[in-house]
Amino acid sequence: MDWNVIAQYLPQYEKAAWLTLRLGVIGILWSIGIGLVCAVLQYDRVPVLRRIVGAYIQLSRNTPLLVQLFFIYYGLPKVGIKTNAEICGIAGLAFLGGSYMAEAFRSGLEAIEPIQTESAYSLGMSRLQTLRYVILPQAVSTSMPAFMANVIFLLKETSVFSAVSLMDLMFTAKDLIGLYYKTPECLFLLVVFYLIILLPVSLLGSWLERRVRYAGFGS
Amino acid sequence: MAEPILTVDHLVKSYDGHTNILENVSFAVKPGEVIVVVGPSGCGKSTLLRCLNGLEPVQSGRVQLGGETIAYGGKNLQALRQRIGMVFQSYELFPHLTVLDNILLGPTKVQKRPKAEVQKEAEALLDRVGLLQKAKSYPRELSGGQKQRVAIVRALCMHPEILLFDEVTAALDPEMVREVLDVMLDLAREGKTMIIVTHEMQFARAVANRVLFLDGGRIVEEAAPAQFFDHPQTERAKKFLNTFTFDAVK
Amino acid sequence: MPDLGLEVLFKGKNMLRLLGGLGVALRISAISVLISLPLGILLGVLMTFKNPILKAILRVYLEIIRIMPQMVLLFLVYFGTTRAFGWDLPGETASIIVFVLWGTAEMSDLVRGALIAIPKHQYESSEALGMSRAQTYWYIIIPQTVRRLIPLSINLITRMIKTTSLVLMIGVVEVLKVSQQIIEANRMASPNAAFGIYLTVFMLYFLACWPINLLASCLEKKWK
Repeated sequence: MDWNVIAQYLPQYEKAAWLTLRLGVIGILWSIGIGLVCAVLQYDRVPVLRRIVGAYIQLSRNTPLLVQLFFIYYGLPKVGIKTNAEICGIAGLAFLGGSYMAEAFRSGLEAIEPIQTESAYSLGMSRLQTLRYVILPQAVSTSMPAFMANVIFLLKETSVFSAVSLMDLMFTAKDLIGLYYKTPECLFLLVVFYLIILLPVSLLGSWLERRVRYAGFGS
Repeated sequence: MAEPILTVDHLVKSYDGHTNILENVSFAVKPGEVIVVVGPSGCGKSTLLRCLNGLEPVQSGRVQLGGETIAYGGKNLQALRQRIGMVFQSYELFPHLTVLDNILLGPTKVQKRPKAEVQKEAEALLDRVGLLQKAKSYPRELSGGQKQRVAIVRALCMHPEILLFDEVTAALDPEMVREVLDVMLDLAREGKTMIIVTHEMQFARAVANRVLFLDGGRIVEEAAPAQFFDHPQTERAKKFLNTFTFDAVK
Repeated sequence: MPDLGLEVLFKGKNMLRLLGGLGVALRISAISVLISLPLGILLGVLMTFKNPILKAILRVYLEIIRIMPQMVLLFLVYFGTTRAFGWDLPGETASIIVFVLWGTAEMSDLVRGALIAIPKHQYESSEALGMSRAQTYWYIIIPQTVRRLIPLSINLITRMIKTTSLVLMIGVVEVLKVSQQIIEANRMASPNAAFGIYLTVFMLYFLACWPINLLASCLEKKWK
């Protein structure tokens, strides 16, 4: 391994890592929003909308992100929906992540005993107040482990962004390998940068999981 | 005679459309009265309380609070429920909120009362049930008896006109039952209007103005406690009361 | 009606070629699953053993495989080993190696999870009935574990199928690569082919995975 080569490539990887992280975070934030809305629509059994949400979740969970991205990036412009690569990456991640987050939140919602809702009703709360003050805070906590697993999963999924010519870590690695054949250095940097991004999230995830499992609320 | 606070007229309730859980139940509760509902498991006691709070749809009949009808999914239900306090067997404190926040949630968010005022009242009530030092604790740090006392305070803080207690000691360890029943006796002495579903017969006798004996979804007997416990009129009531006594083996 | 580029599908053998491409993806997943399942079960059982060294080694393997994106693993095996060992590894072989490594790790974790999820008193009460260790496993533990495990392993199969879309990136000619070829060849005649073809690929993946996942959730509900 040639450390000079590594030092020389470092700035390019750093730039790529920021791109990966930025698109990943924005995509995940959208996923959380989509997921919350979908989960509540399904939990509340809102007619029609819950069917649409159900169909979306099935479509999104049963297709690979790479295929979703190809369709958004190469297919949609042909019918007049043009996007740039970054928006396409974010849209793809949000389309995929929305359904995973929805499932996580929904199982959190379903874990709450119906009598908790009744207890809130008997205090005179409206449906909306019950959801906001009683149901959602509990559901978000119980779905924490699944939520963190999804965050890690979605960050890993960003590795296909290079397919729509975003200059992320994978793109940089492949590009440099193709140009200069410094394969070991390029792969080493690739692994290191993904570890820098993923390891803290993964550790945070297992810490949170332990906390939720053993301590419950209020420790 | 004072006007009744709560009237129940010919209530019929069925879960499946065939067998009735409640059959033609009628009674009225006057201010300051304590009604105890007893009866064998599955007789419809808990269902009755849930209907009184509009948590269950009913097939026919009606429940009125101060002249306004309480119906599942009916209008004004939220406003009416604020006037009824309900305490559940399983406490149903909100696990993500501290004891104090559990109590403050209804008065501040639903009734929009000023927080400082409610907090003062909540602390006074917690002090009265001996739990002021637990105000900042979370429900999971409390014993069952403590949780149930908090649940009672939570209901009281809404200033309800009537309190419903649904087997509130049934899930408790025997040594914790007393601390909860004492709070309820105290409330009765104070003149609170209450409907209590319970299996604690001695407590029922001590606290009740009137006992309703429910069996098979009907009110089979309705009497003053001394009358009911000492001289039950029906065979079914006698049989039910007998299940609480044992004959010596030797 | 705008031109959706769907007519390309019916030109010549295009649809068959697409299905053939999907077949490559499914073949890679099938081979990988068949190898991963038994290996994963073995490792999963080993993980429940009390040997600390064995546990540590398996844990490290599991964590390394799981934290890396599968794309990175594909690059490591495809580019990395080619360089290190000087061989010319075909893309398909590289992908099977990666999917077996990954599938085994995932499966072993599922098996471990299912085994430790069996409450201790299930062992104790079967011993209290006078059962031998073998009988306890055969009649009590394995049936319960299998019921938890089957829906999860079926789920793993669809994850595997979806992940095979990545092999395009190391030059395996699968359904996406075939799509690119078809779109390129018909660029003049059907300029909008990308829409129709990629929509078809999207639906093909959906049709491959959805029934399998449906089966998994049916079984899960039935055995709850």
